[in-house]
Amino acid sequence: MGRRPPAPDPFPEEARAGRWLTAPALLGLALFVLLPFLGAVAFSLTDLRLGSPRGPSFVGLEQYRRLLEDPAFLAALRNNLLFALGVVPLQTGLALLLALGLRRRFPGRAPLRTLLFLPVVFPMALVAVMWTVLYAPGPRGAVNALLETASLGLWEPRDFLHDPAWALPAVMLTSIWQGVGFQMVVLLAGLQAIPRELYEAARVDGAGPWRQFLHVTLPGLRNPLLFVVLVTAILAFRVFDQIQIMTQGGPGHATTTLMYEAVRAAFVRQQLAQGAALSVVFFLLVLGLTWLQRRLLRQRAVLA
Amino acid sequence: MRRRAPLAGALLWAFALVYLAPVAFMVVGSLKPDALVLREAGSLAAFWPEGASLQNFRDVLRRVDFPRYLLNSLIVTGATVALGLVVNGLAGYALARLRWRGRRAALALVLALLVIPFEAIAVPLFYLVSLLGWRDTYTVQVLPFVANAFAVYLFYSFFLDLPRELEEAARVDGAGVLRTFWSVVLPNARPVLATVAVTTFLFQWGSFLWPLLVTTSEAVRPLPVALAVFQTLPPRQWGDILAFGVMMVAPVVLLYLLFQPAFLRGARLAGPKG
Repeated sequence: MGRRPPAPDPFPEEARAGRWLTAPALLGLALFVLLPFLGAVAFSLTDLRLGSPRGPSFVGLEQYRRLLEDPAFLAALRNNLLFALGVVPLQTGLALLLALGLRRRFPGRAPLRTLLFLPVVFPMALVAVMWTVLYAPGPRGAVNALLETASLGLWEPRDFLHDPAWALPAVMLTSIWQGVGFQMVVLLAGLQAIPRELYEAARVDGAGPWRQFLHVTLPGLRNPLLFVVLVTAILAFRVFDQIQIMTQGGPGHATTTLMYEAVRAAFVRQQLAQGAALSVVFFLLVLGLTWLQRRLLRQRAVLA
Repeated sequence: MRRRAPLAGALLWAFALVYLAPVAFMVVGSLKPDALVLREAGSLAAFWPEGASLQNFRDVLRRVDFPRYLLNSLIVTGATVALGLVVNGLAGYALARLRWRGRRAALALVLALLVIPFEAIAVPLFYLVSLLGWRDTYTVQVLPFVANAFAVYLFYSFFLDLPRELEEAARVDGAGVLRTFWSVVLPNARPVLATVAVTTFLFQWGSFLWPLLVTTSEAVRPLPVALAVFQTLPPRQWGDILAFGVMMVAPVVLLYLLFQPAFLRGARLAGPKG
């Protein structure tokens, strides 16, 4: 047909096997990841509605313009940011403390590590239900009672999940509880990979525990720390399950998130195009964080 | 650095006691009469089941079709894990080891798709599966999650690091690609198989957003969605809800205790190299 036939593969048997063995995975990824992704971008430029008899028409960036005027969207964006700003340092700091402790030798270290990782295997839906019970309003609620005892009676019992100021922090604490064990294990592996000679050298140079932490532990943990920080930040933008079960985005817009708004737009208001636009915004944020992560991690690889 | 540190140990154990109190609260609460769960939540009695019984568990089984939800979760999770190991394992092997034109492009595609989180495509994927008429089936909960870029990547990097000598010996002896993979590569791939199986299992067992969107009938409803529905069912009996939770998480905890190294390695492998 005028085109030259491609040169034969140098290893015909491997070539045939290679194409057949990758075909199912590539087909699946193309159909269920790439196609929907392109669909999200395409739908976001239309006014597609679920179950509408009228076909969609092209509206350009109208959906994005509407988002910028939507108080729920702006609240969601703010909440996701607050979520990341709160959860990332607290969870990482706690995980680092636990990992540093678990590096020491003491009786019962192995079972302790097992127990501290346990919540990671709990489904988020269950964790959300458990904490809804713990946050029960009134002086008899578990968290209220604990804070009252700890503050020697100064604490005023409140209805955490219906309190505009407390609902988001309450959901954040729930997420930290479920996720900290994962970070702890990653950081512990990082700690154990730091050569012991570095600590001995630091001691010979007269460095105390604090200087050893600053000059040996932290630089040695750079990559694991960057990894957990950025993965947790990305997770903070993906939050949905806890919101759906614990607060439904309320009170008002106090705990709504991008994913929660995307689902509401697409499935409650039937505005699929609006949901797609929210998905694209969400993706761009995650893409930015992923780009940052790969850049920072690669930098290190080049230096090392 | 590995000095004995009984003080650090004591502090960590004290922390763990507080940290795991919610789990104890759930287990103890599931054994209590419904009315006592909230009444005793604010005191130490929360952790002491006065008059413990299995009544709540019986009530759950009487009020909803729990075995059905459990079966649904087992089918969806089991099918995704099994199909995923085959599909992604073979792809990872072909990308790491076989020489064929198009390999680089395929690898680039997989690495690029790693960036797309599921949440970003849930809305259009829902539209797609609606057009296909797949809503409210097992298929819609399994098929989109079989091919997984992250799993392919895990297999790919594992096979890259595997020494080539064994395979070359088998090939010299005249074994084909598939035979070599089956008899020489797979027996050495147990760590990555376990890791991918565990991460897929945890993802699917806890999956909530997607089944919430695509399932409507109890016939295919998995446990997390069933729990979310159950906790709103009047009368809201907290003992029953906690009993539901205990039954839902018990299989996972059992697996975790049995195969703990695979779970922890999963977390470590997901982490950065070096």
